[in-house]
Amino acid sequence: MNWINHRKLMTGLAIATALTTAAAALPVQAATLRMAWSQDATGLDPHKQTAFPSIRLLELVYEPLVRLDADLNVIPAIATSWEFAPDAKTLTFKLDPNAKFTNGAQVTPADVKASFERILNEETAAAARSNFLSIDTIDTPDAETVVFNLKTADVPILVAMATINAAIVPASEIEAGNVGTEAVGSGPFKLDSWEPNSREVLSANADWAGGDVKVDGITISVLPDETAILASLRAGQTDFALLNDPLVATMVPNEANLQLNRAPVLAYNVLQLNPSRPPMDNLKVRQAMSCAINRQEIVDAALAGEGKVTGPLTMPAFAQDPSTLFCYEQDLEKAKALMAESGVSGFTAKVIGATGEPPVAASEAQVLQAQLAEIGINLEIEMMELNVYVDTWLAGNFDMAVAQNGGRPDPFPMYNRYFTKDGNLLKVSNFVDDTLDTLMREGQAETDPAKRVEIFHKFENHLVEQAPWLWLSTGYGYTAQLKTVSGFVPSPTGTLFGLTEVSVQ
Amino acid sequence: MNYVVQRLLTFPLILLGVSVLVFVSIRMVPGDAITAMLGTEAGLLTPAQRSALAAYFGIDQPVWSQYLRWLSGLFQGDLGISSIYGKPVLAIIIERFPLTLQLALMSMVIALSVGVPLGVFAATRNEKPSDLIVRMLAMLGQSTPSFVIGVLIIYVLSVFFGFVPAMGTFTPLFVDPLASIGQLIFPAITLGFAFAASVTRISRSAMLDVLSDDYIRTARSKGASQRSVVWRHALPNALIPVVTLSGVEFGYLLGGAVIVEQIFALPGLGRLVLDAITQRDYALVQGTVLFIAFNFLLVNLLVDLAYVALDPRIRIGGR
Repeated sequence: MNWINHRKLMTGLAIATALTTAAAALPVQAATLRMAWSQDATGLDPHKQTAFPSIRLLELVYEPLVRLDADLNVIPAIATSWEFAPDAKTLTFKLDPNAKFTNGAQVTPADVKASFERILNEETAAAARSNFLSIDTIDTPDAETVVFNLKTADVPILVAMATINAAIVPASEIEAGNVGTEAVGSGPFKLDSWEPNSREVLSANADWAGGDVKVDGITISVLPDETAILASLRAGQTDFALLNDPLVATMVPNEANLQLNRAPVLAYNVLQLNPSRPPMDNLKVRQAMSCAINRQEIVDAALAGEGKVTGPLTMPAFAQDPSTLFCYEQDLEKAKALMAESGVSGFTAKVIGATGEPPVAASEAQVLQAQLAEIGINLEIEMMELNVYVDTWLAGNFDMAVAQNGGRPDPFPMYNRYFTKDGNLLKVSNFVDDTLDTLMREGQAETDPAKRVEIFHKFENHLVEQAPWLWLSTGYGYTAQLKTVSGFVPSPTGTLFGLTEVSVQ
Repeated sequence: MNYVVQRLLTFPLILLGVSVLVFVSIRMVPGDAITAMLGTEAGLLTPAQRSALAAYFGIDQPVWSQYLRWLSGLFQGDLGISSIYGKPVLAIIIERFPLTLQLALMSMVIALSVGVPLGVFAATRNEKPSDLIVRMLAMLGQSTPSFVIGVLIIYVLSVFFGFVPAMGTFTPLFVDPLASIGQLIFPAITLGFAFAASVTRISRSAMLDVLSDDYIRTARSKGASQRSVVWRHALPNALIPVVTLSGVEFGYLLGGAVIVEQIFALPGLGRLVLDAITQRDYALVQGTVLFIAFNFLLVNLLVDLAYVALDPRIRIGGR
């Protein structure tokens, strides 16, 4: 047996040497960033794609009117300036005259109009359509101006436009029906090729109006196993990688040649209760559950400490100190008292979760199970394949769900779908509340930033007290890079737009 | 020859059964191409938006009519269009198959060239310490899951050699033979490890059986050397169970090695099916599974024919 092992090892060594010599010759030729991620984009239509990797890819190729910086402020993209009328019913944009699509055509107000009309067209099936329903008409008075006339006052619409789901695509491509098959954008990179679930090749767009990109291009490889991504980084064969699993991310700092970038994200981990089913329809029961859980302990045990306790509002401009929220300090006495008041004496409920989405879902459910057992609530955990989970979740067919839901830079588009009377996902939240509905409307129409913060604080306090869901924590978005890579700025939205500033030594 | 024709005639029937089974079961799983694309955001779609998307993915028709349409396409050599890749399913399979075939062949070469000599060696040293060591190693090889070996190989290579095999894309053999073999050698070792262990065990026990046969005693009494007895007289007869095992194992490998392809990021058939299932690309699942089933049938037929070649006494399909 000995000689066989030896032979394998020798073959391995020989090939390893052959290939590393070949690899060592590479860095000289170009500053192409070799990037890796575990999940690939699922499509190229910026108006239809909602999966995290798709958005991350398309943000490099397309541009919206405005985008968000790392502090979530609205900054120029295709539009150089914008203004709300005092009644918040008209929103006017001035476009950058230098903005060009990769087919050479200038970005015109007509393209903006055609793009938004495409989003609003039901046949397009754009998920973001629901954020733009307040748009009445779009005017293009001159070659640089676009005016959105709104049916109702809608301040959050500006932030809603700062996503790639509201990207501006050429009117000619829309007419030709090519959006989604060919990626013609005005962004910092051009998509040269895409082999789904395998790799993407991007090259820098020399005509990009936003400035000079410091690398020649990016090749993105799909490596489904994140420990293999770590190995590839360690071996210096990948420059930059996106990581989802906090446990893999925490191993990065142990490597001398690697650097971990960590940014708090807007997405939140939550235990969704279904208030349409007894006994979760009983306010006291929900409050008892909120008091019984120890949120910090869940972060420590299930997330390996990689996260922080949060209320419903995760965006820094609106977030409150969690310790000021109702029962955010674990209080078992109060929990037991509330249970006694509720008239419900212990029950069994099923909690659903998606396998690997997020990677910590199962361990979160287990910690919650242990904590809620203290007040006589018995959780049965059912982990499901992602699609099965999504189907069950959308149908509202669960007692409780361990979920990681996406966040938005503004509270209105983030919770409008769940907690207003005409929210599209009312079937998921099953919670109708007059106070929440009223506060949402006020927040939508208010133009004064300070007053908006006040309104949404009230909203948050009331939401936590009513406890239709138990908000737990926010985590981090991770990227890892070789120390030869510099200039990347991570963002709470998870965008990789910071790659435009990256250079490779 | 008659037998081969008979067997070939049963293929379409079996494949039809497979296709119905796959067609129905993939549709019975909750979720569809729309939830796969949009996730929970699918809940924001209006009914009109949803039906527009269903029509786009071709899932707005009743299941039986979808099946008939697919089947009639099949007879014209059209397996449908993949929604993930936007390309004909057949073209994608043809693109992915060389990797899977090469990986299966390399694993089998490793398994046989390691397993058979070891098994023979152990059988001739029955119950001696060297036999026990081989048996222990074989047991270890069979019981260690491939994800452990695969991750371990990648870890050792990256930590001690500062190197990992090329990942993400595949260099075909005819483009650059050295790079191609270099890329697949470690995945092939990972797969070949457990495969070699089974080959070792089965060739050892088959060899032990044969070595106690009368004709071997005769050969020895005629004064044949140990080497000639083992390799010329005994081995060919001991190979039949090895061929059976290798055939079945090879058939499995042609279906793609999901876990190893996942770890080493290889674009083979296994990951193709997995991605197709998780993204609910029905046409791709159907086409690929059908292709895998066909390969399996073909390999089984070849194994049966190999018996005849190995043992002239065997007459299959005869009276």
